[in-house]
Amino acid sequence: MIRQSLRGAASLTFAAVIAFCLAGAPAYADDTEVTIDNFTFSPASLTVKVGTTVTWKNHDDIPHTIVSAGKFRSKTLDTDDGFSFTFTTAGDYKYFCSLHPHMTGMIKVE
Amino acid sequence: MSEFDHNHDHDDPRQGSGPSRRRVLECMTWAGTGVLWTITGGVPRSLGLVDSALAAAPTGLSFLQISDSHVGFDKPANPNALGTLEEAIGRVNAMPSKPSFMIHTGDITHLSKAAEFDNAERIISQAKLDVHYVPGEHDFLDEDVKLYRERYGRGAKGAGWYSFDANGVHFIGLVNVVDLKAGGLGNLGAEQLAWLEDDLKGRAKSTPIVVFAHIPLWTVYPAWGWGTEDAGRALEYLKGFGSVTVLNGHIHQVMQKVEGNVTFHTARSTAFPQPAPGAAPSPGPMKVADDKLRSLLGIASINFKAGEQRLAIIDTPLQG
Repeated sequence: MIRQSLRGAASLTFAAVIAFCLAGAPAYADDTEVTIDNFTFSPASLTVKVGTTVTWKNHDDIPHTIVSAGKFRSKTLDTDDGFSFTFTTAGDYKYFCSLHPHMTGMIKVE
Repeated sequence: MSEFDHNHDHDDPRQGSGPSRRRVLECMTWAGTGVLWTITGGVPRSLGLVDSALAAAPTGLSFLQISDSHVGFDKPANPNALGTLEEAIGRVNAMPSKPSFMIHTGDITHLSKAAEFDNAERIISQAKLDVHYVPGEHDFLDEDVKLYRERYGRGAKGAGWYSFDANGVHFIGLVNVVDLKAGGLGNLGAEQLAWLEDDLKGRAKSTPIVVFAHIPLWTVYPAWGWGTEDAGRALEYLKGFGSVTVLNGHIHQVMQKVEGNVTFHTARSTAFPQPAPGAAPSPGPMKVADDKLRSLLGIASINFKAGEQRLAIIDTPLQG
């Protein structure tokens, strides 16, 4: 009995380690998208893990930019253009559109 | 929507004190193309002045404002922005008396591409008028931010501000589309404000002043970024001048406000209309029926007569 439950615990731990590795690996399911519609970032606030790549997509008929002071700066995104950035360091990344500064958003990297 | 809807209904506590709305609209129908704005004692008036303006060729200085050509724009709100710019210039060429010059209040191009600047120049030059430009945010989108400066910024200060005199009127072109701050509005910046203060220093208070810039220098609708963060500082320096006219673009519709001796006015775009503040989920291009588009695009002509405090502004749609 004791032997069996120990073995069970060990395999559970093993499964958890595999799951953790998958979650931490880049380019898996947790890469995510922020859309721009009607001069609004959606979602406006997003929490991601270190290593995540976020892609912004502009669906408006007007160009926008993605600028996080001192961190990253996209080219001008025309309609349906996108911009991707991979977050390798934890922290709060506030960003905005430098053409329409009332458009703001935040990526929280943990 | 006509300019009367904007000017008489928007923030206007004087409903009923001027000509009735019905009479104004009748008058506009009669006038056909343009609307004259003249301001007496802070109250916008139109009736009885449209005919005199149309009948009499202006004596004094007259100049034109065009704005927001967005050359290169090809989305559903107007698939041919270059074509409507050409129509606007056709209107200019058909004017019975030639204006002295033209000002362009920015967003000449949609994406700051060299070909867009080339096309804009090719069409606008057909008016055979001097053109004084200020940039819009759409004119600074090229990688090196140099195409606008190379063409229009020579001799200007900083990002492209300058002043000049014509017929005793002092004109000031300002730039409020660079170095915008997250969450903020248009921005003039400390360097430009210091230059403005110096430019106005020692000037006779009787000198009529015309200030032009892309984004409105009054707060039209902050939720859409329609205003300029530090415009209040600029207006401080303009205090005491007997006649100040502020001409802007950016919002693609006619709006006017009078505050003391300062008249604020925004011009239509020649490319596409934008919604009235708060009337849509965003300020993006407004798609209207094809046969309505040209009634929402247009140009403005501004007449100045010596001795008169207010400049008369006539907004003319491409199609009545």
